[in-house]
Amino acid sequence: MTHIKTKQGRRAFIKNSSLAGGGLVLGFSWFNSCKPKVAEALAVEIEMPKEWYEINGYLKIGDNGVVTIMSPNPEIGQNVRTSMPMIVADELEVDWKNVVVEQAALNTNLYSWQVAGGSRSISSSWQNLRMAGATARHMLKEAAAETWQVPVGEVTAVAGILSHEATGKSAGYGEMASAASKLEVPEEIELKEIKDFSIIGTSRKNVDGKKLVTGKPLFGIDVQREGMLIASVVHPPAFGMKLKSYDAEAIKQMPGIRDVFTIKLYDDDFKKMAFHFTAFNELIVVVGDSTWQVFQAKKALNVEWENNPEITDTMTMFGNDMKVTFPAGMENSEDHTAKLKDITSSKIKVARKDGNPEAAFKNAAKIIERSYSCPFLAHNTMEPMNFFAHVTDDHAELLGPTQTPEWMEPAVSEVLGIPLENIDIQMTRQGGGFGRRLYGHFMVEVAAISQRMKAPVKLVYTREDDMTQGIYRPAYYATYRAAFDTDKNLTAFHVRAGGIPESPLFANRFPAGAIDNYLAEDFTVDSNITTGAFRAPRSNFIAGAEQSFLDEIAEEMGKDPIDFRLELLKRADENPVGKKESNDYDASRYAGVLELVREKSNWKQAEPGVHRGVSAYFCHQSYVAQVLDIVMDNDTPVVKKVTAAIDCGIVVNPDAASNLSEGGVIDGIGHAMYSGLTFKDGMPQQSNFDRYRLIRHKEAPKMIETHFVQSEIDPTGMGEPPFPPIMGALANALYKATGQRHYQQPFIKEKQIIG
Amino acid sequence: MATFSIHINGSTKNIDVDPSTPMLWVLRDHFNLVGTKFGCGIAQCGACTVHLGENAVRSCQLPISAVGEQHITTIEGLSENGNHPVQQAWLEVDVYQCGYCQAGQIMTASALLKKNPNPTEEEIEGAMNGNICRCGTYTRIKKAVKKAAEINQNT
Ligand code: FES
Ligand code: FES
Repeated sequence: MTHIKTKQGRRAFIKNSSLAGGGLVLGFSWFNSCKPKVAEALAVEIEMPKEWYEINGYLKIGDNGVVTIMSPNPEIGQNVRTSMPMIVADELEVDWKNVVVEQAALNTNLYSWQVAGGSRSISSSWQNLRMAGATARHMLKEAAAETWQVPVGEVTAVAGILSHEATGKSAGYGEMASAASKLEVPEEIELKEIKDFSIIGTSRKNVDGKKLVTGKPLFGIDVQREGMLIASVVHPPAFGMKLKSYDAEAIKQMPGIRDVFTIKLYDDDFKKMAFHFTAFNELIVVVGDSTWQVFQAKKALNVEWENNPEITDTMTMFGNDMKVTFPAGMENSEDHTAKLKDITSSKIKVARKDGNPEAAFKNAAKIIERSYSCPFLAHNTMEPMNFFAHVTDDHAELLGPTQTPEWMEPAVSEVLGIPLENIDIQMTRQGGGFGRRLYGHFMVEVAAISQRMKAPVKLVYTREDDMTQGIYRPAYYATYRAAFDTDKNLTAFHVRAGGIPESPLFANRFPAGAIDNYLAEDFTVDSNITTGAFRAPRSNFIAGAEQSFLDEIAEEMGKDPIDFRLELLKRADENPVGKKESNDYDASRYAGVLELVREKSNWKQAEPGVHRGVSAYFCHQSYVAQVLDIVMDNDTPVVKKVTAAIDCGIVVNPDAASNLSEGGVIDGIGHAMYSGLTFKDGMPQQSNFDRYRLIRHKEAPKMIETHFVQSEIDPTGMGEPPFPPIMGALANALYKATGQRHYQQPFIKEKQIIG
Repeated sequence: MATFSIHINGSTKNIDVDPSTPMLWVLRDHFNLVGTKFGCGIAQCGACTVHLGENAVRSCQLPISAVGEQHITTIEGLSENGNHPVQQAWLEVDVYQCGYCQAGQIMTASALLKKNPNPTEEEIEGAMNGNICRCGTYTRIKKAVKKAAEINQNT
């Protein structure tokens, strides 16, 4: 049995938030303030209780045994709204069909890390969620023991029923909920053994399924309130520009338009967190009665823009100050490429060096050198940026899609001049995140607009606003070199990677630690185009580049690409270069996914006409290996199948995790193959899906199969890891199918392929 | 502004709006039927798909003045209890990730099956190609369309 403490020093992980109120929860204000009468969330309808008893911040139990479990983190499609409550329910020992799930509001007292970022929702809350369920189970047992006057150790809890064998007594959770809610939280509790999990590790359907297929209001953009106005903003058409003047009067006369004005978000001396950032601090706002009227008025607006000077700013990121420079001027994609290619040596920094790479390259019998690149990308969440706010004199209510409610709260507070404790942030289901909604400037915008209008307001971006606002995946560039001796042994490895404005390098990831002479260098190029985290930041490029290059090395050495990687991993495991701790990965788990994918894809026995590529990568503490199969249909390559092997520790909800794996694969193929955002005179050249190409049905793999490594390790990341490596598997399979290697994303620009 | 009488989901609703207003915004802002989603506004993504008569159309490109006597069905009106074969199949396959595109996918799929109850893989891909899913649920969507065809055949 694992015993864990519910407190550490003065910090209590689990609080009985109802002790003061005696346990009976009245007038509880949940999201949308509409308490479900029946659990529409689940396909099966549930009878709702008359009274709820709150046991702790994660759950409340009804007098009829129905349990409401709070899902603390933002739901962006990674399915935490189902999988996080599953963890609580398992430890609580309740029947999943008696569970109702609700989205928790931002509450830094009750929850930690209410963020959808870094693939950390499950891993960072794993212990707390289990503790919340186990604590409640224990308190229910205690309540039963007291009522029945029997020792608590003799009370068992199974599927929502408490029993005492010797006396034959039994009661449902609902009958003991009131008594349990009045007990003190135990200092130490017992967690279940992994082998006893009955919900974790089983596939459970999305709790919002029924609502999704019937079109119920779930998303931020669906929020409606009495007296609500619609707002939209106009930002400069190019990076490096700001507002000069505009003609508000002309559009104020248009039907349904209430007001037109400008807002300035942050004062110059406000110390921003990186997540507060926006390229366009001053915006024109159009407010009206309906979305269409507002969008039409925006189109008719006459504005004059002017050039920005160079701007320097200091931002904090988890306590560290970062100085950032946004140069003046209108940038072009051609110049970006030239700057990345011709980087001056003074800007290059050594990030890691093992052995004597210079000498090894000098003495090499052969050197191969390849350069890889990728463009800026827009996140393009299917639901454009939007948020609702209702700001009164001393209170602000915000509701909508955000990945970082906690980090945005101080910015909202600052701009409104309303203290933190009077700001209430709630989250809706979100139509995609991919990192875009980590940057919540739109929350600040809508709060400022509502304050000025003295009315509830929903801010809605058009697709064009959304795609041209910035916060893009940076453009990256990497050059790899490998040195061989006369026997074709790999003697040295060199990577030099940079980007606008950040480098994608992870100097201590594989193959660091597996090659005696190793050099990793990085560089950056400043830009006024704003960038941010995009699903698996940096890995989303470097994985594909590295895994393509390893394929060329294996070919040069005449080795099977999986055998070659396993040899390197064996070296890193048994006799690592440098200290083992300085290598960021676990070589044996890395090898494990390669071995699993080799077996499951039947790697050595490809069917005739099938061309295969392999790739494996480690990020967000998880390991993913993928084999991608291409068949030629006349002259067009078609992705017939992808086989994935994943080690992400314990898998909470296997079918939902497979869904994420499938999504990562399709997303990765799509972005490597088709997507890109380019610039002319500071202006994004793509502003909607007519010119910005996203992968579609016909181009997706015909089949995707996911296999998980059986593991008892605590869960690690799942949302991001399946995304980066597939780009390498795709490039490697395309090479087998067509004889052409691919170096520049989107590959479609190199040759008309797939679709 | 002009007054329109719109047949929608089995009833008739009157509304006074500019004749150029796309049905998408009439549905969302005026009829409070927000299941139909805004994705691009330029007929590229399919998130706003509804049925006009028996055809799947992009409501972002359908001005209210062009609707006339034709009947509009939205995701909210596809079935009474959420038990249309396509909805059942979607639940069974657990298709969605973020879910935002799925109303549009379901409306396109249900229009396809009405015309072609037993589509081939290629016909499914062809019909669904106009609906973007940013989360990448395409393989599940295809599986669910096939499942819905099966459910149809067994009822
Ligand atoms: S919103 Fe109509 S097709 Fe995209
Ligand atoms: S499920 Fe997210 S866009 Fe399709």
